[in-house]
Amino acid sequence: MASLKDMRTQIGSVKATQKITKAMQMVAAAKLKRAQDSAENARPYAKRMAAVIANLAKGITGDSAPQMLVGNGSTTNQLVVVATADRGLAGGFNSNIVRAAREYIQSQTAAGKKVRLITIGRKGRDQLKRQFASQIVESFDLSGTKVLTIDVVAPIADLIAREFSEGRADVVTLFYSRFQSVIAQVPSAKRLIPADVDLSAAADTGGVQPVYEYEPSEEEILETLLPRNLSVQLLASLLENNAGFYASQMSAMDNATRNAGEMIKAMNLKYNRKRQAQITTELIEIIAGAEAL
Amino acid sequence: MADTDKLHVSLVTPERELFAGEVDQVVAPGVEGEFGVLAHHAPFMTTLAEGDVVILDGTTKRVFQVRGGFADVNEDGMTILAEHANEYGETVQ
Repeated sequence: MASLKDMRTQIGSVKATQKITKAMQMVAAAKLKRAQDSAENARPYAKRMAAVIANLAKGITGDSAPQMLVGNGSTTNQLVVVATADRGLAGGFNSNIVRAAREYIQSQTAAGKKVRLITIGRKGRDQLKRQFASQIVESFDLSGTKVLTIDVVAPIADLIAREFSEGRADVVTLFYSRFQSVIAQVPSAKRLIPADVDLSAAADTGGVQPVYEYEPSEEEILETLLPRNLSVQLLASLLENNAGFYASQMSAMDNATRNAGEMIKAMNLKYNRKRQAQITTELIEIIAGAEAL
Repeated sequence: MADTDKLHVSLVTPERELFAGEVDQVVAPGVEGEFGVLAHHAPFMTTLAEGDVVILDGTTKRVFQVRGGFADVNEDGMTILAEHANEYGETVQ
């Protein structure tokens, strides 16, 4: 049976934990605002890029189409890029992404495909290397970078493009968490290669194909645009991931703070009962002692 | 388009949208030479060289330094997708 002093220490320690979770929640909330803004700021570029590619893809057909757009005809070599956060304490955020990726890897492996992995973010690497250590091509750790820019993701996009052009990867799929709202982050898969072109994003020409002029040629533009699209897609996904991470951390820490509050309440009740019981016992002892005289 | 004699232009970088609005003229550095775009320009697309994008509207002139990217002109207006872009500063002539 815990003594009163033990109970006091325990309550104190839960209170200290609650202060930490409360602070973490507030920090996450502040960072969420910024992360959300930068995710939103990146959206116009990604959207325009998709529209430009869709415009081009519509006009291009047959053998002249670059492989990055239409694929190289094979799906044997799968490259899976898993983007998670570098830190934890964010509820199921990282685990959800990893679970989605793991399911995909297992289903592809079962289908006889060769799967290799690139991880972005420390948590994803830690969780995946237990099971797929030999399949990890490269792990990127972005914990040192404060601001995500196109330059930060360029090396990752370069590696993906190289894997593809050198024939080690036929299909590239990115796993990340789509930021739907502050309370909903959906682990999602996005196909990077062959490019997932949304033809409806192309400018509506009312059925008439406009005569486009290209400088340099159509093919050359696509050749340079597609690798860039990789970086842009990656950046947009990582920014969404970032916003999702803070949103997830915020609600996880909010829950933790609330749980700590409930624990403190329950413990205080127990503590006070015990204290009263002890006082009552002491009083009985004193009265009994006085009567004996 | 609301104003038929104006060109809708947006200059975006991966980080943010630097400029969006209706203007008179845009001069941009294509890989095969500098080109100017007015309203109702024929559909046109080019990769950009390193240089200055000049946006002219009335008496205002805004100059952006861009590096890497694309310009796309279609009936909806002009879109400049720059990988890096900075504004020199607004000058009124």
